[in-house]
Amino acid sequence: MKADPKGVLTGEHYLDGDHACAEGAIAAGCRFLAGYPITPSTEMAERVSERFPQVGGIFIQMEDEMGSMAAVVGAAWGGAKAMTVTSGPGFSLMMENIGLAAMLETPCVVVNVQRGGPSTGLPTLPGQADMMQARWGSHGDYEIIAVSPNSPQECFEMVIKAANLSEKYRVPVMVMTDECVGHMTEKVIIPKADQIELYPRRYTKLPPEEYLPFKAGKDLVPEMVKAGDGYKIHVTGLTHDEKGYPVMSWEVQEKLVRRLVEKIRLHADELEDIEETQMEDAEVVIFSYGISSRVCIPALQKARKEGLKVGLLRPIVCWPFPEKKIKELSRKVKAFVVVEMNYGQLFYEVERCVAGKTKTLLVPHGGGWVHDPEDIYNAIKEAVK
Amino acid sequence: MKATATVQLAEVTEHPMESILRMDRIPHIWCPTCGIGTALTAFAEALKKIETPLEKVCVVSGIGCTGRVAGYIKLDSFHSTHGRAIPFATGLKLANPELKVVVFSGDGDIAGIGGNHFIHAARRNMDIVVLCVNNFVYAMTGGQVAATTPLTANTSTSPYGNFENPFSLPQLAESCGAVYVARWTALHVRRLTRSMTEAMNKKGFSFIEIICPCSTLYSRRNKLGTGLDLMKFYHDNSVIKHGADTREMAIEFQKKIIVGKFIDRERPTFLDAHNDWLRKRLKDKFVAYGGPQC
Repeated sequence: MKADPKGVLTGEHYLDGDHACAEGAIAAGCRFLAGYPITPSTEMAERVSERFPQVGGIFIQMEDEMGSMAAVVGAAWGGAKAMTVTSGPGFSLMMENIGLAAMLETPCVVVNVQRGGPSTGLPTLPGQADMMQARWGSHGDYEIIAVSPNSPQECFEMVIKAANLSEKYRVPVMVMTDECVGHMTEKVIIPKADQIELYPRRYTKLPPEEYLPFKAGKDLVPEMVKAGDGYKIHVTGLTHDEKGYPVMSWEVQEKLVRRLVEKIRLHADELEDIEETQMEDAEVVIFSYGISSRVCIPALQKARKEGLKVGLLRPIVCWPFPEKKIKELSRKVKAFVVVEMNYGQLFYEVERCVAGKTKTLLVPHGGGWVHDPEDIYNAIKEAVK
Repeated sequence: MKATATVQLAEVTEHPMESILRMDRIPHIWCPTCGIGTALTAFAEALKKIETPLEKVCVVSGIGCTGRVAGYIKLDSFHSTHGRAIPFATGLKLANPELKVVVFSGDGDIAGIGGNHFIHAARRNMDIVVLCVNNFVYAMTGGQVAATTPLTANTSTSPYGNFENPFSLPQLAESCGAVYVARWTALHVRRLTRSMTEAMNKKGFSFIEIICPCSTLYSRRNKLGTGLDLMKFYHDNSVIKHGADTREMAIEFQKKIIVGKFIDRERPTFLDAHNDWLRKRLKDKFVAYGGPQC
């Protein structure tokens, strides 16, 4: 299905990442956004509040982020393509209903413009320390998908991708950007609507008497209905059977939770989205995402000038983690240098996949500013020693 | 000679609430003499009298004893997270304004953990109905003190009696902007049913507090007798006072309970205000939300 041309601002623009996210949301067909102001994500909500009344959307500024996320889940069940946007402290508050969205298999998108933490941390400065929270932040076992754009152009594209993936797999999808990308203004090219492919909601064709809301087919993703369609469904955050009814037993728990986890894990290969830069002959692999990946380029260039065989591996989809790729490379390369704006989050995933087969180095950063390329360069030198 | 008697039993074809309940989920989990069943029966009766077709009526519950209502009612029903039934309902309603969205939950859910959502939904005049069963305690977890526990009442976390001032929910609802406010007890079945019908036929944020016995926890701990004793207490101590000043109906431990319909007024709903204002400001640039997009 193609995007609705009425919402798509086809052409060349000069936008910051937050505004580009807003345009991505509109192009993706999102017409419901519930949010709460929080730096450095507010600009997305501001742009949505200005644009939505002109494209038939409803923006509501909720009383808090718990309410925002709950409203998003409710709106999705009402038949809207629904999103929210926040930053660290708000992301923490959203975790409760992100868990609900995962449990109810609700398609929705959460944009997190990461800032320095913990707690109030650095509201106006970047961080990348919510990466593990995106994956594990709500209680219990579940899987989500997370993408990480590194430019305003990619913010536009990744919000559309996130919306599509959320529909395809019926999971909340996180767009993990950061303050730098969010506030960086660059050229954004918005294509024509007929060049934007959208994944339609997976509504059932079965009549109410045959339909089971949580019975999944081969791909483990059940078909959906929306409220008001006459199916009289029951949906609960309690452990439930295929009918959607609560059942307090380990057997039903096992069946449900296993499916929630496997519907993503089994599709990890097709979800893999990696950008490779000078990886053909690389012996040292820089692993970096979001704004940090851009700071790696000067370090890579400097090392290349000195004849060091360095490449950059940038996961665009961070969750599920590109396990297969790292495992393959760990047999071939001399070292991984992980560059992220935290004290080790995806680094531990790299280490897990490498499993001691090759060297792994972390170039940590507490957030607040990007890495000094010189530190990355020094880590490369260290890696080839 | 052996006497034989034939007893003619009326043929029972269907439970009177069968069309409204998920019979495959009965028996329910509520205790004998709990008031939630009565509130649910009143709701089922009210549903027969409302203007909206039943496939367009949704029930959203939070967590707790009353939170289980969503699981027994045969409508599109959502059992959400603790305290978030109102924002969930807000999203549902705005995504499809054709729906009649009813939040059916307890006092802990609506006035305790969800209190912030309650006041803001009332302030916005979100077009939803909120039915709040008030049993004065967190019953599902064992009868702990709540934002509605009367002063001096004994609960499992106020073992020496409650010293915190409770909310008076009708006053809170009115002061925040609800367009319909009523309070009944589980004894007032017909009046409660009528109020529920009125609330569901009304546009805007409608609120009904339903005072309910919790004989397992609240009344046992406070030595208030059986369920029947509580019904008798409601009978002897409820004062029907339509239009009463909501500032004067705080519930005191085992004192008179003011019941009735207190508020029935008109205010533009969130969505009407949204559309009217933006149309006025943006003129022909304004595009109204066109219902579910997917």
